[in-house]
Amino acid sequence: MPELLSKLRSRLPSGRTVVFGIPFIWLLLFFLLPFALVLKISFSSALIAVPPYQPVFSYVNETLNVVLNFGNYLFLASDSLYVAAYWGSVKIAFISTLVCLLIGYPMAYAIARAPLQLQLVLLLLIMLPSWTSFLIRVYAWMGILGNQGLLNNFLLWLGVIKEPLRMMNTNFAVVLGIVYAYLPFMILPLYANLVKLDTSLLEAASDLGSRTLNTFWRITLPLSKGGIIAGSMLVFIPAVGEFVIPELLGGPDTLMIGKVLWEEFFNNRDWPVASALAIVMLLLLIVPITLFHRYQSKELEKNG
Amino acid sequence: MAKLLKIRFSTLMLILGLLFLYVPMIILVIYSFNSSRLVTVWAGFSTHWYAELFRDQQLLSAVWMSLRIAFYSASMAVCLGTLAAFVMTRFSRFRGRTMLSSMITAPLVMPEVITGLSLLLLFVHMAQLVGWPADRGMATIWIAHTTFCSAYVAVVVSSRLRELDLSIEEAAMDLGATPFKTFFLITLPMIAPALISGWLLAFTLSLDDLVIASFVSGPGATTLPMVVFSSVRLGVSPKINALATLIILAVSIVAFLAWFWMRRAEEKRRQPVQE
Repeated sequence: MPELLSKLRSRLPSGRTVVFGIPFIWLLLFFLLPFALVLKISFSSALIAVPPYQPVFSYVNETLNVVLNFGNYLFLASDSLYVAAYWGSVKIAFISTLVCLLIGYPMAYAIARAPLQLQLVLLLLIMLPSWTSFLIRVYAWMGILGNQGLLNNFLLWLGVIKEPLRMMNTNFAVVLGIVYAYLPFMILPLYANLVKLDTSLLEAASDLGSRTLNTFWRITLPLSKGGIIAGSMLVFIPAVGEFVIPELLGGPDTLMIGKVLWEEFFNNRDWPVASALAIVMLLLLIVPITLFHRYQSKELEKNG
Repeated sequence: MAKLLKIRFSTLMLILGLLFLYVPMIILVIYSFNSSRLVTVWAGFSTHWYAELFRDQQLLSAVWMSLRIAFYSASMAVCLGTLAAFVMTRFSRFRGRTMLSSMITAPLVMPEVITGLSLLLLFVHMAQLVGWPADRGMATIWIAHTTFCSAYVAVVVSSRLRELDLSIEEAAMDLGATPFKTFFLITLPMIAPALISGWLLAFTLSLDDLVIASFVSGPGATTLPMVVFSSVRLGVSPKINALATLIILAVSIVAFLAWFWMRRAEEKRRQPVQE
């Protein structure tokens, strides 16, 4: 009986393999494989059927037929709407990331230098809004930015402006919305980095007569490079594909690729074009994603 | 003097930044008690919109649906994410490591429209090949949410696993405990706080998701964000303000409890040192 058991045990995968295999297979099946399918469907063409696309592979009369339709990609390149949408997304995401960094860096710095007990409270205060609903945080600005909105009323009451400013449904509102929604994701990695900063280095610099600003530029900033990259990528990459914010705060002239993809999929029901849009977006984001991955895997594997 | 000025600058930015984060939320809460339908004109105090909220059957059933999906997704994500974190921090070099680590980090930043579309295509192909899922709904949303939430859990748990003193686990194994026993008796209790915060994070992420759920859902399953989105698209409505207030209240209570509990744990940990 014990021999049988040990024989059985040797046939079964070892515990180590199981521990590794379960998350690996799950992510392979539900994260990586779907991208291959998006790539496949991007070479298909739309069809009024269920599902609404032409099959790419078909097996008829003992022959495997592969029909690759490059039309979707040519269509994306030829229509200036799509090129403008990609450009618009990158531009808006870049400006938002920069604003987040300019606001978030001093905030993270102040938290990292606060007394330990206070740090926890401040971090909770930073995180708290992002635990409430994302939609509702974007919605909050709809009541503030409108022509009859609170900000306009307030400015009119102050006498700063004579007539309401058009803020809602502009690119300004979209940038504001992205900064508001993503600011915590900029602050957290920056804080994690700045709090580990060895203060003796700063003291040494100041003992040697370095001015505070000089110390900041030559020591603090270079040492927090990892945090800056991680925070910026956490804002930039999702912002490029953002749908909710341009949909709710943007206007008809706000062209962003996430919104265009959504409309191709849900309104035009053109799955192949939506897939091609996703693939091109992914290619566009491959460098930022790799940058982020390099930083994050260093974090994951430290002391590992 | 210069140093004083710089500290002042970052502190000032922190205060302004916190104001920027909180003023819009406070305004939302105040206007949820407005009796007027117009969100921008104050017409007197009223709890009318709260009563209206609790009469909305469609909204209430969406809340129930979202809570169930979030509960299942968070629970599954904690299991998968913890396994992944354990592999990343405790196993030395092995085949597939780079691939696993990229599959953990990529979902953190992947634009939602891409994830949503790709998962939908997967479910459509699966339905063609194996006949499941015949219709999309709660199960497909659960799988989608579990997948991206487990990446977040893995990050939270792995940072805790890295902090742990390995010698305790090694001691247990030297004394003859199997790896499984060591994990359940030694490692698990020590990472329990990270598991709880990972679960809570996954729960809120799942509860909050609109885009991915919209792609992979079918006609049968409508989650809370979908209902809120279709209402918000038409413009501002005080009912949504009332809902927002309730969400903010719930999150604040949980955050306060978490803070209180973490502070107590911190004090307890310090006590032996002081003695």
